[in-house]
Amino acid sequence: MHLARPCHLIVLALLAWLILLPSPVAVADSQQLRQAAAGLGGQSRAEVIAAIEDLGRLGDPVALPLLEALQAGKLRLDHEGRPLIVEEGQPSGQDAFTGETVPLGGDLRAPLVNNLVRRSLEPVMARLRIFSPDPGLRLTAARRLAEEPPEAGQAPMLTAALEKESDPAVRQVLGLVVSLADLKSPDKARRLAAIQTLGASGDTNYLERLKPLTQKDPQGQYLEPDPEVRQAARWGMQIIYFHTLPADIAQCLFYGLSLASVLLLASLGLAITFGLMGVINMAHGEMLMLGAYAAYVTQNVFRAWWPGALDWYPLVALPVCFGLPALVGVALERGLIRHLVGRPLETLLCTWGISLLIIQAVRLIFGAQNVEVANPSWLAGGWQVGQGLLLTYNRLAIIGFADLAVLLVWFILNRTPLGLRVRAVTQNRGMASALGVKASRVDMWTFGLGCGIAGLGGLALSQIGNVGPELGQSYIVDCFMTVVLGGVGKLAGTVWGSLGLGVINKVLEPFSGAVLGKIAILVFVILFIQKRPQGIFALKGRLAEG
Amino acid sequence: MLARLMAMHSRRAWLAFALAALVALVLVPALNLAVPAGWPLRLPDYLVPLLGKFLCYALVALAMDMVWGFTGILSLGHGVFFALGGYAMGMHLMRVMSGEGHYRSQLPDFMVFLNWKELPWFWQGFDQFWLAALVILLLPACAALVFGFFAFRSRIKGVYFSIITQATTFALMLLFFRNETGLGGNNGLTDFKRLLGFSLSTPATKLGLYLTTALVLLLAYLACRYIVTSKLGRLLCAIRDGESRLLFLGYDVLRYKLFVWTFSAFLCGIAGALYVPQVGIINPSELHPAGSIEMAIWVAVGGRGSLVGGLLGAFLVNGAKSWFTVAWPELWLFFLAALFIGTTMFLPRGLAGLKDLLPWARRGDSTEVRR
Amino acid sequence: MRKSAWRSLGVSLLLLALALGGPLVGAAKAAETIKVGILHSLSGTMAISETSLKDVALMTIEEINKGGGLLGKKLEPVVVDPASNWPLFAEKARELIEKHKVAVTFGCWTSVSRKSVLPVFEELNGLLFYPVQYEGEECSLNVFYTGAAPNQQAIPAVDYLMSKDGGEAKRFVLLGTDYVYPRTTNKILRAYLQTKQVAEADIMETYTPFGHADYQTIVANIKKFAVGKRTAVISTINGDSNVPFYKELANQGLKASDIPVIAFSVGEEELRGIDTKPLVGHLAAWNYFMSIKSPENQAFIAKWKAYVKEHNLPGGDKRVTNDPMEATYIGIKMWAQAVLQAGTTEVNAVRQAVANQKVKAPCGYEIVMDAKNHHLHKPVLIGEVKADGQFEIVWQTKGPIRADAWSPFIPDSAKKVADWTYPWVCGNCTAPKYK
Repeated sequence: MHLARPCHLIVLALLAWLILLPSPVAVADSQQLRQAAAGLGGQSRAEVIAAIEDLGRLGDPVALPLLEALQAGKLRLDHEGRPLIVEEGQPSGQDAFTGETVPLGGDLRAPLVNNLVRRSLEPVMARLRIFSPDPGLRLTAARRLAEEPPEAGQAPMLTAALEKESDPAVRQVLGLVVSLADLKSPDKARRLAAIQTLGASGDTNYLERLKPLTQKDPQGQYLEPDPEVRQAARWGMQIIYFHTLPADIAQCLFYGLSLASVLLLASLGLAITFGLMGVINMAHGEMLMLGAYAAYVTQNVFRAWWPGALDWYPLVALPVCFGLPALVGVALERGLIRHLVGRPLETLLCTWGISLLIIQAVRLIFGAQNVEVANPSWLAGGWQVGQGLLLTYNRLAIIGFADLAVLLVWFILNRTPLGLRVRAVTQNRGMASALGVKASRVDMWTFGLGCGIAGLGGLALSQIGNVGPELGQSYIVDCFMTVVLGGVGKLAGTVWGSLGLGVINKVLEPFSGAVLGKIAILVFVILFIQKRPQGIFALKGRLAEG
Repeated sequence: MLARLMAMHSRRAWLAFALAALVALVLVPALNLAVPAGWPLRLPDYLVPLLGKFLCYALVALAMDMVWGFTGILSLGHGVFFALGGYAMGMHLMRVMSGEGHYRSQLPDFMVFLNWKELPWFWQGFDQFWLAALVILLLPACAALVFGFFAFRSRIKGVYFSIITQATTFALMLLFFRNETGLGGNNGLTDFKRLLGFSLSTPATKLGLYLTTALVLLLAYLACRYIVTSKLGRLLCAIRDGESRLLFLGYDVLRYKLFVWTFSAFLCGIAGALYVPQVGIINPSELHPAGSIEMAIWVAVGGRGSLVGGLLGAFLVNGAKSWFTVAWPELWLFFLAALFIGTTMFLPRGLAGLKDLLPWARRGDSTEVRR
Repeated sequence: MRKSAWRSLGVSLLLLALALGGPLVGAAKAAETIKVGILHSLSGTMAISETSLKDVALMTIEEINKGGGLLGKKLEPVVVDPASNWPLFAEKARELIEKHKVAVTFGCWTSVSRKSVLPVFEELNGLLFYPVQYEGEECSLNVFYTGAAPNQQAIPAVDYLMSKDGGEAKRFVLLGTDYVYPRTTNKILRAYLQTKQVAEADIMETYTPFGHADYQTIVANIKKFAVGKRTAVISTINGDSNVPFYKELANQGLKASDIPVIAFSVGEEELRGIDTKPLVGHLAAWNYFMSIKSPENQAFIAKWKAYVKEHNLPGGDKRVTNDPMEATYIGIKMWAQAVLQAGTTEVNAVRQAVANQKVKAPCGYEIVMDAKNHHLHKPVLIGEVKADGQFEIVWQTKGPIRADAWSPFIPDSAKKVADWTYPWVCGNCTAPKYK
């Protein structure tokens, strides 16, 4: 089934002509395209790169789907060198140029792709996309072009694109690209205008471009001969610094908030078992770990039976991650912890023993190695809010998840009969029992709830870090710090405690480095507890002596 | 005075003490030196530093027992004092071999590594043994005094105290991990050559170190016993059993707590200092929170509020560790977990609690934990 | 109570008598096997990495035994577990040599464990084969280093990054966990980069604590730092922190084609526990990859798979081979050849014989033990992570490279010579011992 059939060609050419009518770009001859594409199957990377450059030189956006597939690792070449886009697990692929569905068969060749190839791919794609009819694509392309100083030969092409451009967002970015090119212009007025545009953008990326204009070469001569331009460049840099300050602060706060959410998710369960019940639960970290392993098992079940729905496994994992640690928690409470009521220090040692037991058991079942928990694809990437502020989706998800978890716990404690009983038992165990509350049963459910919430925390942790038998150990000190800092027995305390620790840590880190920052936080907490032994939110009255 | 000393123990207990001292100070060296190699009862050379290590741990258990078993303060940060003593000794050992390291430099090897040109201020003078000894005796105690003063003054009690001690050891571990701190980073201090002119690699020095440790342990035991049988000891137990009451009776609880806390840190520091030349390395892993929790379990297993119990616990747990890690490496953690859970659930008074089951036991010893 | 004292004395006497009667039992034992010590953590944090080395060592010993053993005797492995506890490493090493009288020990991972056992091996004149890459700056008479020194891993990696294939990086981020190996390696790299005319301002050095899991700020800083010049990250991040780092990198939109990260401690075994999606295209530098196509490697992998299956090891068919495993394999082979050549397992004789031993190694080259400095000559390979957890080899040195035990880029060590042959006979001298 050759594509070179006349009717196909005519349809293709007509289509391309219709779409690209106003563009100055040549619609390439399909035969040339196919020839260039066949070069992707070359034996060496140099050949592959040459083929990509060829495709770019033809300047026909029809090659874009093919290049995109190449970047994503979905492109295959059949024995005739015809490029096919294949999806994993699908029996058929699509022709990269026509989109026609082709059954897969015979031996398919994957083009040799490595960093070098990928790197050559991007500018080519950007150059093709800049004339695409989709303004979104044009915008990404323009942004990509703005990342690197354009080469001299590209200036006319860029100017042409700018003149044609109607979309204001794309115009703005393209304007920056043209300005970048103009910085090297011999015309002083153009240089000054370019500096002004770049400065007004407030983008730190251009600091590096403006800096040379103010610097001297090794001989002590200014790189930029005109003092007026030098002064303008200095101003431009100042403006950029000024612009980025709010974004930097916002970014730092976002980091702090996301770290705080991680801390909160990790310690929320402990706020219940330790905070409300007074059980020094050293096995709390292992509940996190069990939650993370529950997520791992769920993921594997999905992989085995519903590979298509793999992206949505975290939703199903929610109840599993809650349920498994909750069950373990209930069993522990029934079997061990209830016998240690009123002996807090013994509880500490006993739960530490339990944690060792769980760690070693997990090690024997799953192996000492870390296990792989994949992020669903909808959590990858980030949201660029203006200049210099990037909110990554997985961090946003964790912040949202932490909020939901707090809401859930708040709801259970304040709006359900169980919550009422929990509060009653916490506040006055004897009186609650006298009024007919089965305190020991309430203990059991509370402990189960705490462990379950910890399991949810484990699900969140599995998305950002390692999942291994030692996962819990690395969080346990932080968790206790958070709960104690906030004040035992108060949910709000834990929220504020984690917020404080997270934000302070992230504000400190740029100045002190990660290691000293962490130490400073610990010292701060120790000093704070010296000052206020009951934490931020102290329980008042008789409860305080508990 | 002598009468007071004699009153520390019953006559039978004194006899047992003498026997233990005999075994530790005479029998062990005799088995090592007098029995020819190849005979089954010969104590092999490699066991001598191992026994010395156990004795150091026993000293720590003694210190732990004083604060936890008798006064009811559970510290999860005793590793700090142990490591401070150990590092002070390590620094001395590094300094006396200056010029003999890999780089033949006057500075310790890791500083040459990091391109440091001169000794940081806190290393000054460590080539003098008397100064190092002074630091070993005073630094952990002073650190404990300051920390304890602030903590006890704010009436930080029970679990809160345990948790901030744990945070302290964790913070210190991170600090000592840093290369820039100037204490060898993760590698710590190692490759020691000699102490007081004796080469550390000869069996005689090792035996000497072992004997020193045994002697220190025996003396420390007597000192602890003296304290717990005195009026002070009764006050400590009273703090454990009802601090608020003691407060209302007009006792200055802070002073007593501070004393026992500092004393305990002092013993720990010495233990650390004796430990380092025998195992040949000190590094931040000694500060890991898990290590300090393990110290608590020695005491819990042996029996809180019983000095002998603490010693027994340290020997038992560490002996089991040495044996398990060769025989069944996978089962070691299970065993440790079972110890933790079993003693807290079924043996709240530890092994010492079993003593009451013996036919000739004397009941109602006032220093035991009462429940 | 007197009675009890007499009783104890009686028991003591009885024991003493037993002790005196001892030699009857003790002398009867003759050495029918050659004991080989294996000193790798099987529990604790290092168990993740070290368990495989124990397995591969047992496999190699089994292979030698199947071929009839050495000098007519079978090898008998003595496995002990130092439990990732550094003082315990020294204790177990002493036990291996003094109690079990092993002829040689294969073991340790991380410098601190090696530093911990070093005095023991030197004191008792034991023999240790250390199979992992390390920071150099050491050359003991009693140790053979079969892992890479910095000039066999880190420096070629920088060369690659600066080459056209590697993307002509002009700016470098040296990122590591705060312990001795990253610090020293980065120090050597910094000095090396300066010789390559990379300005101070183009090098960023950052460290994180052990187990660090929040790389937001650091990745954002890398992103800012990378503006303007081609940038590469040289990562000496310790095992567990790698996952959060690579995930953050991907989420903040830094692609391997923009800012490649080259790692020195991420191998096949580590990738087993990682979602490789965000890592594809990033690099690692090693002396061996499982994906090497050589007949020796095919045989090595087949042997390993068969061994895993036969002994029903956890992980089953997912088990992989990696660089330190190859180094362990080479080490044991070399020692065995040296024993045959020396005709004895006596340490001094074997040590003489190990020098210049050649082994056809899985990496496809004939690997030689340097005659002088106790290090191997090894080829350096750069691999790109593929989605299946294997590496695609994108670059390699022309042949094996000799190790610099003492880096020429650290002023104090540049003058040092590691040469255990006459007239030097020294691991860290500036002048020969015999003139």
